[in-house]
Amino acid sequence: MSKLLRRREAVAQLLKGRGGMMVIAGLGAPAWDITAAGDHELNFPMWGAMGGATMIGLGLALAQPKKKVLVVTGDGEMLMGLGSLATIAVQKPRNLYIVVLDNEHYGETGMQETHTGHGVDLAGMAKAAGFPHALNVTTQAGVAQLKDMIHAGAGPLLAQVKIDPEKLPLVLPPRDATYIKNRFRIALLGPEALHDE
Amino acid sequence: MIAVATKPPTAHWADEVHAMFKAANIRQIAIVPDAGHSRLIQLCEKDRAMRVVRLTSEEEGVALLGGAWLGGEKGVLLMQSSGVGNCINMLGLSLSCQFPLLMLVTMRGDHGEFNPAQVPMGNATQAVLEAIGVIVKRADTGAEVPEMVSSAIRLAFNTYRPLAVLIGQRVSGAKDFRKLTKSVSK
Repeated sequence: MSKLLRRREAVAQLLKGRGGMMVIAGLGAPAWDITAAGDHELNFPMWGAMGGATMIGLGLALAQPKKKVLVVTGDGEMLMGLGSLATIAVQKPRNLYIVVLDNEHYGETGMQETHTGHGVDLAGMAKAAGFPHALNVTTQAGVAQLKDMIHAGAGPLLAQVKIDPEKLPLVLPPRDATYIKNRFRIALLGPEALHDE
Repeated sequence: MIAVATKPPTAHWADEVHAMFKAANIRQIAIVPDAGHSRLIQLCEKDRAMRVVRLTSEEEGVALLGGAWLGGEKGVLLMQSSGVGNCINMLGLSLSCQFPLLMLVTMRGDHGEFNPAQVPMGNATQAVLEAIGVIVKRADTGAEVPEMVSSAIRLAFNTYRPLAVLIGQRVSGAKDFRKLTKSVSK
């Protein structure tokens, strides 16, 4: 049995006692992972828009600077949106935290390898872009430390969490994005969210 | 004291559009710059109620403004026509979520273009936007821009869909590359 972290356990640990934290998940396994931890009205699991998860997180973090935004995504999805690391570093949102679940593979399409298995260091790239907090996580103690940093509001932060490339049963969130959006906005902004022009 | 009548500064569509952004409470201004947008960008940068977010690629702006809407804020994406090509897959996010999205696109490869590389995307801009389901308005004079932007703001935010206003190259004029080989004006 591999000593690598298990993705569902790491995500469940990070989301336990989440309070009002809003959670964006990149398409594929990260969306199943946050849903496995419990479907939630302040979850925004994505079904597409690959490369866009961190920027949705930025727009949300800028709109709600007093609330925490956690983006949970995969290595393939993050690699498609690398420019966003520069954009986010320049905006410096203290309330935005990015967790890349890095299994070094494109898990939804047949486990083809990604660049991260060949030396590409996403945390290093975030650091070079100007993120004040960028870390590599490989242990449960590291996940606990990461959770403390999020709790303390140390953003913008990117954590590259190495995980087991295991195949798990899918746990699907609702598929109608308008439902997910409206549920999220009502939970965050109140029922008047539907009447705002 | 003798009052001296000063000539009002020349009206520019960007001043009117900036005032419309304010009236509509548009706060996140996502940009990949174009010369045609430079005055509007300057006005937004000076406005403390607005936050200008510089992007590395235009598709970042589509996702950014989806997140802004989730959080209860409105925004706008300013780009040139070549950037539209970078946005197409990400526009699926706006369409599937029914996120409002306002885009102001200054055209290249359009009216009096000098640079051959600008023509393929410029010529395809309206067709590809419409192909994926974006409603397109077009202004070919400065006077038309505010009216089209006003219409687009209302359609985008009242009916939850992506709108693009194409600002023709005729409005800001084509860059004169030959002149620039001789001198650079400020």
